Amino acid sequence: MRIIPFIISAIGTLVLIFLLNKKWGSIPPLGKFLSPQHGFWQNAESANADFNADLEFPDMKGKVNVYFDERLVPHVFADNNEDLYFVQGYLHAKFRLFQMELQTMYAAGRLSEIIGNNPAIIKVDRETRRSGMVYAAENSLKEFEADPLSKATCDAYTAGINAYIESLKEAQLPVEYKLLDYKPEKWSNLKIALFLKQMSRTLAGSVDDLELTNEKSFIPFSEFKILYPEVPDSLIPIIPAGTKFDPPGIIPVKPASADSVYFGKKDTISVAEIIKQDPDNGSNNWAVAGIKTKSGAPILCNDPHLDLTFPSIWYEMQLNSPDVNVYGATFPGSPNVIIGFNDNIAWGVTNAQRDVKDFYEIKFKDDTKKQYWFNNQWLSTQLHVDTIKVRGADDVYDTVAYTFFGPVMFDKSFPDTLSKDKAIACRWAAHDPSNEGLTFYKLNRAKTYDDYSDAIKTYACPGQNFVFASKTGDIAIWQQAKFPARWFGQGMMVMPGEDSSYMWQGFIPQYENPHAINPPQGFLVSANQRPVDSAYSYFIPGNYINARAISINHHLQNMEQVTVDDMKKLQNDYFNVTAEDARPLLFKYLRENDLTSDAKKYLDIVRNWDLKAAPDSKGQTVYQLWWDSLAVEVWKDELMKVQPAVVVPNQQTLLEALLKDSAFKYIDNVNTPQKESLYDVVTMAFAKASVQLAKEDKAGTLEWTKHKSPRIYHLLRASLLPFSRPIPVGGNGDVINATTVTHGPSWRMIVQLTETTEAYGVYPGGQSGNPGSKFYDNFVDSWARGQYYLLWMMKRSETSDKKLKWTMNFSTK
Amino acid sequence: MKLIVAIILTALLSFAGGLYFPWWSIALAAFISALLIPMRSGKAFLSGFLGVFILWALLAWSIDIKNQGILSKKIAEIFPLGGSSFLLILVTAIIGALVGGVAAMSASFLRGKK
Repeated sequence: MRIIPFIISAIGTLVLIFLLNKKWGSIPPLGKFLSPQHGFWQNAESANADFNADLEFPDMKGKVNVYFDERLVPHVFADNNEDLYFVQGYLHAKFRLFQMELQTMYAAGRLSEIIGNNPAIIKVDRETRRSGMVYAAENSLKEFEADPLSKATCDAYTAGINAYIESLKEAQLPVEYKLLDYKPEKWSNLKIALFLKQMSRTLAGSVDDLELTNEKSFIPFSEFKILYPEVPDSLIPIIPAGTKFDPPGIIPVKPASADSVYFGKKDTISVAEIIKQDPDNGSNNWAVAGIKTKSGAPILCNDPHLDLTFPSIWYEMQLNSPDVNVYGATFPGSPNVIIGFNDNIAWGVTNAQRDVKDFYEIKFKDDTKKQYWFNNQWLSTQLHVDTIKVRGADDVYDTVAYTFFGPVMFDKSFPDTLSKDKAIACRWAAHDPSNEGLTFYKLNRAKTYDDYSDAIKTYACPGQNFVFASKTGDIAIWQQAKFPARWFGQGMMVMPGEDSSYMWQGFIPQYENPHAINPPQGFLVSANQRPVDSAYSYFIPGNYINARAISINHHLQNMEQVTVDDMKKLQNDYFNVTAEDARPLLFKYLRENDLTSDAKKYLDIVRNWDLKAAPDSKGQTVYQLWWDSLAVEVWKDELMKVQPAVVVPNQQTLLEALLKDSAFKYIDNVNTPQKESLYDVVTMAFAKASVQLAKEDKAGTLEWTKHKSPRIYHLLRASLLPFSRPIPVGGNGDVINATTVTHGPSWRMIVQLTETTEAYGVYPGGQSGNPGSKFYDNFVDSWARGQYYLLWMMKRSETSDKKLKWTMNFSTK
Repeated sequence: MKLIVAIILTALLSFAGGLYFPWWSIALAAFISALLIPMRSGKAFLSGFLGVFILWALLAWSIDIKNQGILSKKIAEIFPLGGSSFLLILVTAIIGALVGGVAAMSASFLRGKK
């Protein structure tokens, strides 16, 4: 025996194994990761993968048969509801575990546990917690666990997820876990609540209150009605104009001090929310009544616009038990079908865009944050000490004070200790106890308009436009949530928080929420526009988007004998309705002779443009750069004074202002001695845009899709670029086919409620979350081309259908 | 001859170990093989190296064929290996082979003379 060489080489072997078993920075543990029997190779799913399985779980009551069709869509047939949701949870986890956990860790302010010591991520986690996300989820959890039906559903769903997690061997972990070297933790009902709160944050989570508070120090509040008009001239509201509204059930009263200490007070807020929702979050949905369709049956359409990611936020399923038979898009992370249809009805959702989050300035007695001044006395706060676990580093502690309004989101310790800023508490409708899941449980089973309106009645946040159509021939829409009843201007900016006078005085009664059923026009449209015209008596601020609703309304008004194919075309329509009005204005005020010959080249492109934001459209690129450049010319001089951030008035506002008044006062550049006219700024805007256009031309990126280069990213974004995919599509936020760069129609669905339902759908992704599966992105090309799949509501008797490829049988032991 | 037997034994033991134990069981497999079959340290290294190399290359390659290269191309971009599945299989095999090699060499030292 050669002892010394042995010791050296044995130690060498152990050191090598140690080195290869450990993550170094972003490099995964190489030995573990590359081992063909343990690492990522195990995620490289055979193209002929066999998904057949017979599984036994003692938690189950009866048996469930899952039939997978050729697109890997499961058709789940269960003996009872608990088993149905158990299997839904199991399948969500089997195909989408990584995203479910990541999204709920994000919602809980726990990303640092996965990502490690990154100051930016720790800040995100702190903001998440300080905005009351976990508090909101816990309130919601209490509420839905108090309802026996909801509790049973969620318990079964959670048990299904955990049954999968417990059966998971190291080799079967999703590849992201292997890359980041961590393991999934157990699922819980709290995570379901967190998932839904994450949707509230995405869709009703950020407002411009902090920015506008600064802005009123530079621009008087009276100007806000010009910059951010309540009711745009071109509005075609969700509820057809002329609808009579009930007299208001609650009349909120403006505090006596509002003019001096709220509207008129100059203020500076140096903080801003880090997590901002995408201004293009939105969606289209509409229902066409039988009188306008060729078949005589209603057609319902929906395409929710969200971040386009791999894996998709949606997972397609059919769920069948003795009391439900429903098909549609589900959220991995939550039971039930969220957008879909059953044997009697179809429904869809768009975002309401309404402001349900406000901020109040709090006066603490001292830096301990233990007491705050409220209604002439010092009240005690509740101090929550949050422990943020950081992978590979010490825990971070954060003390958050909870007041009567809600959590104090910003104070001297956040976002940093340097800003020495004010204490600002957050009042958010998502904090209130609610049970959104029950709405979907009931919608999945609804048969009539009454069932539908009963299902949505208790739905609280985020506000949605629930469009509805039934086989009985009804079409309807409700904008539903718990909306605060505000006095004019309430909650646009940070409000005084030293007494109760600025608090929400109540909620708009549910029956007064905007709604319409079977209107004479024969169709109903929501596309994130303001729901009602000025006849509605409540003040309802929100970040509404106008253009798509105008487009859709114009189309539907002029259509008769509507078919499913017409609806497919409409969902994929690239017509730019804003440009239709803007282009004549631009040309009217352009001094062509002032332009260089190079610039004129681009002018012809936009002059001859067919107004479509198609992928190969150069006109759209020229128009958009021109318009954006004009917006800078008009707004920048006045608004750039506002620090740290400003709310730039939207495109529609600028267009309407210029159409109404060619001497609109913001046209003049206040930084120059002379007075600029609309001719000056329009021409200047084009001259500036043409410089950029020449660069794009040279780079070969003048075509719209090349200019914007849209892409579906993996949830871990640029860090896993090879898991993403470019998508050669056109579209824009103000175009019906609303794909921007990373955002767009995340699910397209069309349902015709003929005796046998005819339904089509597609989403930009695939049923498997595994980047090593051919089902990871197999729907993307169809989606990009505007093609659809037939959504097959399978019958129990069709188990020998050729479309079926695999069967999973679940039973109790 | 001994070398070939050792290589085959290493590959077989590594494969069996991989079914039940963590990835580093390849080190034990190579170590045991080199203990059972006496070799000089250089040859022992080679046996461990080639045994694991061949096993991992074959396993990765066969998985990759069935997967039609979907995942290996993506991982080979993350790493970065220019999206080459071949290079990724090679890197995979070499990483495993190094562990097998040094483990087998340790065994040969423990055993002493040939």
